[in-house]
Amino acid sequence: MALTATEAGTRKLSTAKAMVEGIAQEMERDPSIFVMGEDVGAYGGIFSSTTGLLERFGKDRVIDTPISETAFLGLATGAATEGMRPIVELMFVDFFGVAMDQIYNHMAKIHFESGGNVKVPLVLMTAVGGGYSDGAQHSQCLWGTFAHLPGMKVVVPSNPADAKGLMIAAIRDDNPVIYMFHKGVMGLPWMAKNPRAIGTVPEGDYQVPIGSASVVRAGKDVTIVTLSLSVHHCLDVAEELAQEGISCEVIDLRSLVPLDRRTVLESVGKTGRMVVVDEDYQSFGLSGELAAIVAETDPGMLRRPLARVAVPDVPIPYSRPLEQAVLPTHSRIAAAIRKTVA
Amino acid sequence: MDPKVKVELYRTMVLIRSFEETILQHYHADKSPAWDIGAGLIPGEMHLSAGQEPVAAGICANLTASDAITATHRPHHLAIAHGVRMEALAAEIFGRETGLGKGRGGHMHLFDPGTHFSCSGIIAEGLPPALGQAFAFQRRGLPNVVVAVTGEGAANQGAFHESLNLAALWKLPVVFVVEDNDWAISVPRTASTAVPSNAARAAAYGIPGERVENNDVEEVWRVAKGAIKRARSGDGPTLIEVHTVRLWGHFEGDAQAYRNDLEEAKAHDPIEVYAGLLAREGVLDTKGAAKIKEECTKEVASAIDFAKTSPLPDPAGALQYVFA
Ligand SMILES: Cc1ncc(C[n+]2csc(CCOP(=O)(O)OP(=O)(O)O)c2C)c(N)n1
Repeated sequence: MALTATEAGTRKLSTAKAMVEGIAQEMERDPSIFVMGEDVGAYGGIFSSTTGLLERFGKDRVIDTPISETAFLGLATGAATEGMRPIVELMFVDFFGVAMDQIYNHMAKIHFESGGNVKVPLVLMTAVGGGYSDGAQHSQCLWGTFAHLPGMKVVVPSNPADAKGLMIAAIRDDNPVIYMFHKGVMGLPWMAKNPRAIGTVPEGDYQVPIGSASVVRAGKDVTIVTLSLSVHHCLDVAEELAQEGISCEVIDLRSLVPLDRRTVLESVGKTGRMVVVDEDYQSFGLSGELAAIVAETDPGMLRRPLARVAVPDVPIPYSRPLEQAVLPTHSRIAAAIRKTVA
Repeated sequence: MDPKVKVELYRTMVLIRSFEETILQHYHADKSPAWDIGAGLIPGEMHLSAGQEPVAAGICANLTASDAITATHRPHHLAIAHGVRMEALAAEIFGRETGLGKGRGGHMHLFDPGTHFSCSGIIAEGLPPALGQAFAFQRRGLPNVVVAVTGEGAANQGAFHESLNLAALWKLPVVFVVEDNDWAISVPRTASTAVPSNAARAAAYGIPGERVENNDVEEVWRVAKGAIKRARSGDGPTLIEVHTVRLWGHFEGDAQAYRNDLEEAKAHDPIEVYAGLLAREGVLDTKGAAKIKEECTKEVASAIDFAKTSPLPDPAGALQYVFA
């Protein structure tokens, strides 16, 4: 008897569809889950993160909101404290500014302030990232900002299978989880085609544990620590550098909070070299944090100076040649790795 | 109303439409066969204003270059009507060094100090800075006013309400204008707003509120004239809502599958409606209208030409302008 695609584990989905599948399966299982945000209903999410949910679950559970982020993000927090499990979308992470108080002073702190007596189980999903000339207010990653503030878990999937598994884990987590999806990993038909945005996704329900990184390419010369769309670039670069005899180990962090220090440290312990590739701003962020945990563990671990490929502390420019100059592109990553192993 | 003003209103609307049609054409020209939002001479999101010309034309006819405007993510009509240099506007949209922001800003982030024009891609967030410009005008004893524009979707943001209150309290010379095009992306106003008219919300702040129906450019002109006069004479802000129409997608590439009013909207193209009215009134015949269209097309073509032949920014300068 021939196996179906699903049984053989070969069924492929885009990251967007994998996310939606995770949400839908959880909504079937748990009636306390609802989805809320701008254009999540009939439109299906500007980045297709909720496509088909309205048709399937109806408008009581898939709810379009007014453009009132403070009100509806706060509403999600309140509903979560009363035992519901909201999945709320902030259309672009760049818009957090209009509602940050509800996020970092309320959603993130209530559990602590209540001495653990009040739980806030919700998922805040939001689109991040640039590379398509959307300018300074629609292209940021900002995961370092959320990871910096205590009380929120932060997950950042780079591929379809992780997107579904992390979504299910985020929904089941009793904490606020910021789920950040890069537009470039979603497999959207109206963005630059990205073959890595389509991949095999198990059909059943499974979790990718929050706080576990993944070694997506094993190597021995240098550790590339990265996340989100940059994982794709790093894998491409690693492939290219292999021809030159450079063996790259690529770590997809997948979660920032909690951070899987062990996987990073084990790899750096082995290679003695670390390149951090991060589409967020460089200073006071992820790359500095990774440098710190290495230095705290064993300052002698690095045999060569650390290299950081991040956005050099400039807002994301609109014009293509400028934007390409500040993003962690293939050529910047390759140059940093070559320098580190030289 | 002076027929000359009528013709000017018409000309401004046609100029805006010519510009938007040309941007539309260039925007889509080089994104195929596999449509990619980041590809082509004009990449990124593109929010065009077709249908909303009466708002820009009617308001800006009452302003001078010393008055300020804060616009939204859909800013071109207001920029053009307010007299922002079209060449620099076009060059910014094409990401060129000669653009308003030297290619750094893009179409949602246009700043023209010469005409006190600015806009923002964050909903309703152009209102607070408008208060500050008005505050500066007031403190300096200048007769200038600020027009702060948002969509009807934006009228549900905190910044909208905070700004109305503060402007009313301090009698700042601001005119708030809500462009009600019925839609906030895919969300109809009936699903977002608890009151049928945003003008009614003025009562909450003790200021006058007026709603202009039917996308009527002359009525916009008349109501704006009164509000601007009031602001100039120190009597404080007014809230105006204009019921306008979004003829095209929220952004380019929006298939608008959620929209059931498209055919009807197209039948209410304000430029055709106004051309018809002016013809019936004997103010402008078809020949006159054709001449205006031709002149506008030429003006736009030369601005686009300027943009396309301007240099792209040098990547070596990517870190410039973060600080003064
Ligand atoms: C704070 C914030 N939330 C959401 C968005 C995304 N967004 C951009 S335009 C838009 C709809 C705006 O509707 P409206 O104010 O009616 O203006 P229109 O687009 O109809 O001109 C939304 C939700 C944003 N830019 N900023």
